This record gives sequence, structure tokens and C-alpha cells, in this order.
Amino acid sequence: MDKVLLDYGSGGRASHRFVADLFFKYLGNDILARMDDAAVLSLTGPVAMSTDSFVVDPIFFPGGDIGSLAVHGTVNDVAMMGARPLFLTCGFILEEGLPMDDLARIVASMGQAAREAGVRIVAGDTKVVPRGAADKIFINTTGIGEIMVDPAPSGHRAAVGDVVIVSGSMGDHGLAILSTREGLSFEAPVVSDSACLAGIVGKLLAAVPGVHALRDPTRGGLATTLNEIAGQSNVGIELTQADIPIHPAVAGGCAVLGLDPLYLANEGKFLCIVPEDQAQAAQAAITAHPLGAGAKVIGRVVADHPGKVALVTPLGGKRLLGMLEGEQLPRIC
Amino acid sequence: MNSFEAFKDPALCRALLERLKKEADTPYRFMEVCGTHTVSIFQSGLRSLLPQTITHVTGPGCPVCVTHESEVACFLELAARDDIVLATFGDLMRVPGPKGKNLKTAQADGARVEVVYSPVDALAVAAANPGRTTIFLGVGFETTAPAVAATIRLAREQNLKNFRVLSFHKLVPPALAALVADPDINIDAFILPGHVSAIIGAAPYGFLAEKHGLPAVVTGFEPLDILSALLEITAMRASGRPAVVNAYTRVVAHDGNPVARAVMDEVFTPVDALWRGLGTLPGSGLDIREEFADFDALRLPGVSLPDAPPLAGCRCGEVLKGKMAPNECPLFDKACTPATPVGPCMVSTEGGCAAYHKYRLEL
Ligand code: SF4
Repeated sequence: MDKVLLDYGSGGRASHRFVADLFFKYLGNDILARMDDAAVLSLTGPVAMSTDSFVVDPIFFPGGDIGSLAVHGTVNDVAMMGARPLFLTCGFILEEGLPMDDLARIVASMGQAAREAGVRIVAGDTKVVPRGAADKIFINTTGIGEIMVDPAPSGHRAAVGDVVIVSGSMGDHGLAILSTREGLSFEAPVVSDSACLAGIVGKLLAAVPGVHALRDPTRGGLATTLNEIAGQSNVGIELTQADIPIHPAVAGGCAVLGLDPLYLANEGKFLCIVPEDQAQAAQAAITAHPLGAGAKVIGRVVADHPGKVALVTPLGGKRLLGMLEGEQLPRIC
Repeated sequence: MNSFEAFKDPALCRALLERLKKEADTPYRFMEVCGTHTVSIFQSGLRSLLPQTITHVTGPGCPVCVTHESEVACFLELAARDDIVLATFGDLMRVPGPKGKNLKTAQADGARVEVVYSPVDALAVAAANPGRTTIFLGVGFETTAPAVAATIRLAREQNLKNFRVLSFHKLVPPALAALVADPDINIDAFILPGHVSAIIGAAPYGFLAEKHGLPAVVTGFEPLDILSALLEITAMRASGRPAVVNAYTRVVAHDGNPVARAVMDEVFTPVDALWRGLGTLPGSGLDIREEFADFDALRLPGVSLPDAPPLAGCRCGEVLKGKMAPNECPLFDKACTPATPVGPCMVSTEGGCAAYHKYRLEL
């Protein structure tokens, strides 16, 4: 059994063996093991729920793989609502011919990521499609968690005077994926930051329950995420470019390719917008966690230019930091 | 601080800005002739800091923007053919052609389009697609032309039979000559491109000062480079002695790069070329020489420059000539946005309209 066959999605004996040998082995827990048609969960209070599909190419990249990414991505989205993620479901679309070793590596990595995140995978689905109908493997995950604070952080709650903090350097994941996909190598290796943020967000909310907004700047990067918040809250945001942490290898790679790290995806970083008088406490709580060692205050919420994000450059000039339109493409010269 | 960062040094920049504010007492309008300069001026925030006496006008320096409507139509026609794979730099993917089609939509319709990072990568695309002809879209100035020429030479050495280049290269000095010959042009000084000059040197711009009395400075792309160039221009205007100055000696030799020019001359020959908004300019393009005819996509059966009318309402021509600021175009940010570009200036990373849309806070 070295490649995924169409048979494995048939629903018959082959599928059963496939699911038992592989998915239960790595993802199993008491709820999943009941093998009923649906999982029975008990939750109290308001819950946050989110879903995401992962189609990343390449499926293995420096710093992670599609499996752990599929856990981190959804767990982080749930965490950004101020919730403690508890349960995940996952759906796999597998391309016929996918090497079983690759699949096993991915599922094992998902199991590992879920354990680290403290979530249980309670339902799942597998489909196999003919070669060419999908690109190796697509994974959908849906997550659910209990909201820990009231009111929950939201993109609508940014207020003039608030401070914007990021938990670390920007653009690592996006450049790691791009450089692996295109076979580019830079002087220093660029590694994805893919990580579960539930733990660090828990610590932050324990210290500063009144956080106004939390977001993980995934696709579209920091710039797009802050534009969304500026729009949702109808406020201006002003960032100090020199304070935005960017790994030198990422800055260098972006300079070569003509890309802007502020638009590149992150998978293990978040930003928070907090009232000014709680900014210090928030920063202290974030930096105390290993995933937030590089946290920085990068700007504030202002009354000027509502709906827009401005960047104060190192020269002291001010310019618009707009939303990304489509994907970033490397330049001509 | 490495030498690269030294040219961004904020404290030094602020000192130069202060000097510029004192010394630039007569107003002037300067234009840069390179999209990388355009982006740097906006991206660094420099534009918002310039003294009121100095007006910045964006110029024709984006290779994608000056690519003529017919040329865009030509590569979209090629994209629609089953026997062809296109290899291109990423910038061209969203440039609108007739009926709003672009290479992205062509791709969605089934066209084979590969984005490459260097023309040499296109040879690998050709090798991987033996049943088809791979055509590299040769759009760019003197900066990219030598690398494309070297790629054609390499293709011949490798005896590659299914690789061709569509050469729509443009040359900067003839475009500048046409620009300054226009009686309506209202530019007092030029910032000249660093990368292009690294190939051709500073001499080919001599006519700007000699014939037209305009100061011009070849410079790099960091804020300090640009500020130094503006100070140089200010000084020349004060002394009344315009000249073409090479202030980018760390990269640009007086006579450019002879090796790069040699390969360019070996493979290409200057021809009259069509420029978007500027029309046909004598000696401003590069055709593939007879000796390399087997690598010329324009000589493939069924390939020609289709007639393509200018895009309705688009004022790219005036924007490229600095006669109109992008936001003065009636379509700017209304019918024309990066999501729904009417002209290439709105989608190219180095386009003037795109820069206004992307970086100007006070719109
Ligand atoms: S705003 Fe659009 S239509 Fe107007 S000149 Fe620029 S690209 Fe052309």
C-alpha cells in the first residue's frame, strides 16, 4: 500500500481499512473512536466556530506542512475571537496516486499539532478523486471553541487612541512558501512561522481581558488585515514602519523579488489592538510567551483618514498602506 | 549598517531634506524616467516630504505601461493558441488588452502561461514542453534586454528548437528625446534610471542638457540617492549650467557595461517601435537580428501585431508624458482601479496610476 487509490474512497472495506490504519492511528481520541455518524459534544456559553480549506503548494515546506497548517489555521481563527479552541473536524480530498508515506506524514503532523493545541479531532471525511482532479491533497478543517471573555474581541471594536501590537516578525510564512514553490534560495533560510496561537492568546486575555481586536494576519498579510479592521471600526490606523519587525532574511528576499513583506501571509503571528492604558500589560503578556518573544508596538488607532491605514516611513514621510489587490507578483526589473 | 542600508539612513536623509528646503528656492518640476524610482519616491514617503517648490511628475519609465495596445493584443492572441506556451515576468499578467482580457483570464480559459523570474528560466519551460513552442515575452528596457539576448544565444548553443522571444523591448533615450521635443511638455529636470544607465552609461542622455538645457542626474533608488540628485539639480539650476551628471558611480560606469551592450548588439538591432501613448518613435525598439531569426516569435507563421485601438477613456498617454497626474484622469479610482484596470498604468507594479492609488494618502 504505497499510493492512495480510488478504492480508498469507495466507502467499502478498503476505505474502512484506510481510515482505521491511518486516520485513527494518528488522530484518534475517545469521541472519534465511537465511530458514530456525528460527534456529540458538550459546550457551555457562547462558542466561536470557523472553517478553512488548505490547498497550499508545496505540501511540505520549511517550518511545517499542510497537515499542521490545517490545524493551526483554523485553531488560530477560533482563538482570534477570544475563544479556547476545543474541537476540530477535518475533511480530506486526496488525489489518486498521492504517496501513502506523504499522507501518513501529513496526518501524523496534524495529530501532533492538534495535541499541542489541546484540541480533539472529533469528525472527519475522506474522498479520493481521480488523478488531476485535485492537486495531491486538500484539507478542510472546522473548529469550535468556547469564548473566554465578554465582550469578545472584534474587528469592530478598534477605538481612537488604541495601540497596535504584533506578536513577532511579519511575512515569514509567505516568503517560505513562495521561495520553496519557486525553488529560490536566499542567503539565510526562510522558515514558515506556522504555529498554534491558542496558548499565547489565552495568556494575553488572562492578563488583558479588555483586548479590543485580535487577528492573525494570514493571507494578505498585516497590511490587508489592518485595512479590514480600519474599515470595520471606521477608524484610521497609523503605523511606524521602523517598528514593524521583519526578519532580515525576509526583508532581503522581498527586496530581491520586489515583494512587500507587509502583504505576505503569516501563520503563527497575531496582532492585537488594545486600549492605550493596557498596552504595557498586553505587551508583557505576549513577550513572556515563546511565540511572542519578538512582539512590538507598531502603531496606533487615529481619528484621521477613517478606513485607511497610513505608514510613517523611516524618513518621516507618510503614505497610504492599502489593501492587497490580487496576489503579489514578482517584478520585471 | 551595511552599505545598502546607509543609503536609506533616515538621519542623513533628513539633513539632505533640510538643505533642499533651503536651497530649492526657484520652483521646478522634475520627472523620473524609471518606474523603480517612482515606487521608491512614493514608498519611502519622500513625496510627502519634498519642499513645496519642487513638483514631482511621474514619467514613462514603466516597461509594462509603455507596451503598446497592439503588443498586448499580440500576446493575448498567442496565449489563445494551443501550440504555444508563454513565459513571462509576473508584471504582465494583469495588463488589460482588448475587451478587458489579460493573461490571467487567458490562463483561466486554458492558456499555458508560466511566470518566470529570469529569461533563462524560460528555456527550462521550453525543455519541459517539447510538443509546443515556448515564447518568452520580451518586454523591458535596456535593463532586461541583455539578459534576454544572452538567453537567445544560450538557446542557440543548446540547439533548442521550440523556444522563441517576442521582442517588444524599448529603449529609453529615444523616448526621452521624443518627450522633450514635445512643445507642451512642462518638465524642468530629469532623474535618470540607474539600472538602464548601468548598461548604456550616461553619455546617451547628453542631448538633454546640450540641446534642451535641462539638468539631469543618473542616480540610484534609495531615498538618499534621490535626494542627492534633487540637490544636484537644484545646484545646476542655480548656477545656470545644466549638465547630465552621473551620481550613481557605485553602479554606473561612464560608458556603461560594454559586455552587456555587446550581447545586446549581437542579438538585437534597433528599429522604430510603437509606444503606448507616445506613438511610433524612431530607433526606440529592438528586433531580433536575421542571424537569430529562428528564435524570433514575430517570424512564426500567423504571428503579427493586430490593430488595437487605444483603450476608450484611458489617458495613459498623457500620464506617461507627465501632462496629467493620474488622479486627474476622469476614470481614476472610478471605472479604473487595480481590480478593474482600464490601462496598464493602474496594474503594473511600477505604473504611475498604480502608485497614486497605492501610496497617496490624501485622495
Ligand atoms: S487611471 Fe486608468 S484609465 Fe486613467 S490613465 Fe491611469 S490607467 Fe489609464
